[in-house]
Amino acid sequence: MKKLMKGNEAIAEAAIQAGCRFFFGYPITPQNQIPEYMSKRLPQEGGCFLQAESEVAAINMVYGAGGSGARVMTSSSSPGISLKQEGISYIVGAEVPCVIVNMVRGGPGLGSIQPAQSDYYQSTRGGGHGDYRMCVLAPGSVQEAVNLTQEAFDIADRYRNPVIVLGDGLIGQMMEPVDMDEAAHRAPAADLKEKNWAADGHIPTEDSPRAIINSLFIDPQVLETHNLHLQAKYDLIAKNECRWQEEQLADAEIVLVAYGTTSRIARSAMRKCRERGIKVGLLRPITLWPFPEAAIRKTLATAKNYLVLEMSMGQMVDDVRLAVNGERPVHFYGHTGGMVPTVAEMVSQIEKLAGVAPLHDESCVFDFGKAMDEAAKKLGEIADTVGRKLDEAGKKAHEAMTSPDVKDKAQEAADKVTAAADTVGQKLEEAGQKVNEALNSPELKQKAQEAAERIDSAAETVGQKLDEAGQKVSDAVNSPEFQQKAQDVGKQVSDFATRTAETVTKGMTGILGAIGKAFESVQKDLKDIEAQQKAKDEKPSDPSGKEGE
Amino acid sequence: MAVVFQKTKLLTDKPFHYCPGCTHGIIHRLVAEALDELAIGETAIGVAPVGCAVFAYDYFNCDMMEAAHGRAPAVATGIKRVCPDKAVFTYQGDGDLASIGTAEIIHAATRGEKITTIFVNNAIYGMTGGQMAPTTLPGQVTTTSPYGRDVNHCGWPVRVSEMLATLNGPAYIERVSVHDVPHIKKAKAAIKKAFQLQMEGKGFTMVEVLSTCPTNWGQTPQEALKWLQDSMIPTYPLGVYKDITAQPAAAEGGAQ
Repeated sequence: MKKLMKGNEAIAEAAIQAGCRFFFGYPITPQNQIPEYMSKRLPQEGGCFLQAESEVAAINMVYGAGGSGARVMTSSSSPGISLKQEGISYIVGAEVPCVIVNMVRGGPGLGSIQPAQSDYYQSTRGGGHGDYRMCVLAPGSVQEAVNLTQEAFDIADRYRNPVIVLGDGLIGQMMEPVDMDEAAHRAPAADLKEKNWAADGHIPTEDSPRAIINSLFIDPQVLETHNLHLQAKYDLIAKNECRWQEEQLADAEIVLVAYGTTSRIARSAMRKCRERGIKVGLLRPITLWPFPEAAIRKTLATAKNYLVLEMSMGQMVDDVRLAVNGERPVHFYGHTGGMVPTVAEMVSQIEKLAGVAPLHDESCVFDFGKAMDEAAKKLGEIADTVGRKLDEAGKKAHEAMTSPDVKDKAQEAADKVTAAADTVGQKLEEAGQKVNEALNSPELKQKAQEAAERIDSAAETVGQKLDEAGQKVSDAVNSPEFQQKAQDVGKQVSDFATRTAETVTKGMTGILGAIGKAFESVQKDLKDIEAQQKAKDEKPSDPSGKEGE
Repeated sequence: MAVVFQKTKLLTDKPFHYCPGCTHGIIHRLVAEALDELAIGETAIGVAPVGCAVFAYDYFNCDMMEAAHGRAPAVATGIKRVCPDKAVFTYQGDGDLASIGTAEIIHAATRGEKITTIFVNNAIYGMTGGQMAPTTLPGQVTTTSPYGRDVNHCGWPVRVSEMLATLNGPAYIERVSVHDVPHIKKAKAAIKKAFQLQMEGKGFTMVEVLSTCPTNWGQTPQEALKWLQDSMIPTYPLGVYKDITAQPAAAEGGAQ
């Protein structure tokens, strides 16, 4: 059964279900739900949660626990991960398995607490001092975060190397349905061996001698040998653990490359462009290291352009360029500092590369023209109703005049006309309000003029129909039969006519007022658009996004 | 012929790399003997520091982990939480523990982390070549205080045992010296007691051992032992600073 879970909490539970019983952490936004969840759940599982005095201490507690053979995890966000780098380097050097979650936020420095992907270099290039690599898993959904967190423990144990789960503020904070049943009581992978190397205070045996967990190799030759041994492990990780996802790549001329949160936005952009026949596909690296270089190379068969999309100033783009090796142009588009790129922005980048004219997609941007069309249509319908109701009223008045019970009927007819006219007035007011609301929305574009014309024509129709209805009422009132019967019902008819006139006037005032306001607004917005267009023409490019090549 | 003395089996056969006259070797042996006599040595887990004792994992004949500079108490915390029944100890110098690792030692102590810390205080950075330490005495000449430690410029020595004794977490804190045989015997008793209380789950235990560094003090081994006695002990008074098992009067600690 699927349940709705926040990314951070789902990751914590997934870790517990994968056998993690030790967690050491320090508070930092946006990952606090992980330590909070662990502090509640681990004691229930006979495990240990400890809030360390610093990220530095936390990662060293992880080193101790991992060195003693336990499945252990820590989590943090960018500035905290920077603090952990010393410990991570030691952990790698001493070959201790552990899982480190980084819910990336905007940097550098204290940066922001919004989602970012600006720790790509740090994660994929080692991060701390020395020559090393770690498997970096980048989930694109809460479900994938659960699956990858569990796999992370196996990968860590398999190679005696830390594994990074690289999310971002959005993956951590977002709630999505996840299947935790599948994740429950996940056994370690079958190929994993006993940790006979662990410093757990065991009595030394031939198979499991005295443990020395250490990253110090003072003899240069010994250290080089150690590094070659580590490198052999990294080569194995690169060979065995590379993960990626391909979407619509078979005929893709434009290949989007994006991971994590950005890949979801890229997917939407890709689908929109596919609907218009643009041959665009998405390659989503799931492991950032090892980077799916071969998968990128495969797309060269159809690719004319690559577009790398990131929430950074462009970091993964380097790996794509290394993979493409100059054979095709590799472009970059991204936002940084916690800004998240939109589908419309990505579509616009794809349009540029595809050489097609921009299309304002209704689901990407607010379509003012469409809204105005709808408003005009509604106004037209209301005008029709006004006409029809007035027609009916006229007819009924006529009938009343000619009936034997003219007195009663006239009264009744008058009441009905009054009610109908009230409704008309109200509806016209509402229509005016709707027009106003539509006009007050910010995305007023070139369709304003067109829409204004439509309103004009609708208003004309209203006028025309009111004229016609008025004529019919007049006809009815001026008929010989009416004249004859008028004497009997003079007073009521007089009242009725007065009321009708008043109500219709009120309705007309309402609609004219609304239309007047609408025109004022349209005029003002058109002026604004002109001014914006002028300002845009003077500026050479859009400052919000960084564009490459 | 009867064997009247032999090397403790808790030390490996590897020759110490320490300088002539350095008292690290004595302290290593005291720790190994204490663990051995308590029959907890074979399954003990030690954490080596960064400093002169960085190669401690080569000497202690039990499971060992090498920590980053100052982080040994955090590493030992991780180990102890996974292996709560084992004797876990850190062996740290004064630069490691009292400078870069102050946060880790204070928090391990205040958590009452059930580990034993052997804190070797020789008032100088030995391994890196004799720089000023947090424990360097006022006026003491080092390579980074060539005019003598000026307390107006770089402050006063840190008294770790006194400081940690103010916390509730520690069960036992004593400062000892190894400058002569009677003091060496006292030092061993203190180390043994610390491990014993750890195994009884009483809390954090630490023995601060005043130690010599003839090489970087620029003295002969004999001069160094005398300098320890005459110059260091007045700044770092010996004695029990915390003992939750002692009678109230003795628990107050202080200089002997």
